[in-house]
Amino acid sequence: MDFEILRNFTYLIASGLFIFGLKLLSKPATASKGNRLAALGMLLAIIITMVDREILTIPIILVGMAVGGIIGIIAARRIQMTAMPQMVGVFNGLGGGASALVAMAEFVNPQVTFASTDGYIYLGTIILSSFIGMVTLSGSFIALGKLQGFVTSKPVALPMQQIVDIVLILGIVGLGFVAANPGSEWAFYGIIAIALILGVVLVMPIGGADMPVVISLLNSYSGLAASATGFVLGNKGLIISGALVGASGLILTSIMCKAMNRSLLNVMFAGVGGDVAASGATAQDNSGKSIREISGDDAAVVMANAQTVIIAPGYGLAVAQAQHEVSELANQLKSRGVDVKYAVHPVAGRMPGHMNVLLAEANVPYDQLYDMDDINREFDNTDVVLIIGANDVVNPAARHDKNSPIYGMPILDVDKARTVIVNKRSMNPGFAGIENELFFADNTFMLFGDAKAAMAQLNKEIVDV
Amino acid sequence: MFDLDNLFIFALAVLIGFEVITKVPPTLHTPLMSGSNAISGITLIGAILVVNDLPLELGSILGFIAIVLATINVVGGFAVTDRMLNMFKSSK
Repeated sequence: MDFEILRNFTYLIASGLFIFGLKLLSKPATASKGNRLAALGMLLAIIITMVDREILTIPIILVGMAVGGIIGIIAARRIQMTAMPQMVGVFNGLGGGASALVAMAEFVNPQVTFASTDGYIYLGTIILSSFIGMVTLSGSFIALGKLQGFVTSKPVALPMQQIVDIVLILGIVGLGFVAANPGSEWAFYGIIAIALILGVVLVMPIGGADMPVVISLLNSYSGLAASATGFVLGNKGLIISGALVGASGLILTSIMCKAMNRSLLNVMFAGVGGDVAASGATAQDNSGKSIREISGDDAAVVMANAQTVIIAPGYGLAVAQAQHEVSELANQLKSRGVDVKYAVHPVAGRMPGHMNVLLAEANVPYDQLYDMDDINREFDNTDVVLIIGANDVVNPAARHDKNSPIYGMPILDVDKARTVIVNKRSMNPGFAGIENELFFADNTFMLFGDAKAAMAQLNKEIVDV
Repeated sequence: MFDLDNLFIFALAVLIGFEVITKVPPTLHTPLMSGSNAISGITLIGAILVVNDLPLELGSILGFIAIVLATINVVGGFAVTDRMLNMFKSSK
């Protein structure tokens, strides 16, 4: 009994370290320390859990942790920063899957029976935990597929999608009642199967552009799954830690939704794409207007002679792996006395904060990166804005064109700058499939070409200016 | 068997989570997510608890797989967050 107290006390310390670690993670200067404190909390929790295990189980546990640890370290070292959303997606899925497996192990435990009121409640927590965990697992792998490109990034909705979702959930509840009876284990496995299917049908209708929302939401689910497993085992350490992650994922989800001016329900169920195509036809028609091209050497002259340049990167920059060339360009401009800043839209990457990480990797100091709200009032006094691989997040139609599908979405007000240079591969519209009136504006010049090649050329030209 | 206290603890922990995380600047959203993701690997504790000394029982096999998956989540999550945060530099 005394050991039980010591163990719970250690879980309390670990939970405190998680909370304090998350708090330190909220400032760039202390973030690294915060992450390490959280890791220390995890280590303490693992050690105290190992202490009173039966001696025969220790080797099994250590082998499992060694295998997982080696895979985890290799993955963490090798992953490209552009593939970070995939990595976090997979980890969400694995965490959710592990929580579900723990709950399933409790279900098959021969010492557990469910034929009592307490038993029913207990079975309910097991089902909840397996359900959330399995939805997280299969949903995360569909999200991975969409990010990686082996599942179409287009929204794929079933006919009567909402009804299918509801039927599947009702099926789980029904099977839950059956599973409480002795000899009806099949019903429990039916629930597992339905949960896996549900994860697939919930993520398939979500478009590639909405991936930041999906990743955040699945992050939240993986926490809730751990928390539910805590209820199964009566383990307060799991309940608290899972709840923290659940809350953090929900906050990021809501930030991402706001950045796209969409509600969570709209992201999940609207099957956007169909929506956009329909209203896109009525959006402003730019066909009568013409665009103006600019050559690399002219663009270099314009930027080198500017006093202030703001760089607005989009996901196209990451696709072209041009972050190092952009960083070099910024450094060249700065050494000429030009004031250079970066404007980062909240959904510039494929997950929250993704673009910031990509630029940090290219040695851009984080204090040169400005959030949308902080930089928007500066565009009025900016000589040149260089837009690289961004489209919908700089489309002024979001401000004034009520017929535009992105109307109301907060954007970077780049059109207010004196000169706008847009680097783009071609005139293809962005994710939302709509034309961008910015490209036809009087102060806009198009610099066509692959971002990496175009930036390399600018770097070369600017030396000669 | 069901402990109502656990529900209170859950609710309070969610509130603390909201309170602590609301103020995180966008620059740190990705590390926050991968770091908190590693914390959700706490389910490793549960996996350790359900493995018993009869390794060929179904429950232990499930527990063993859960240990592997959760450890990937924990170790990989903290390690990649550390790697990312080491890239964040101030110009000062």
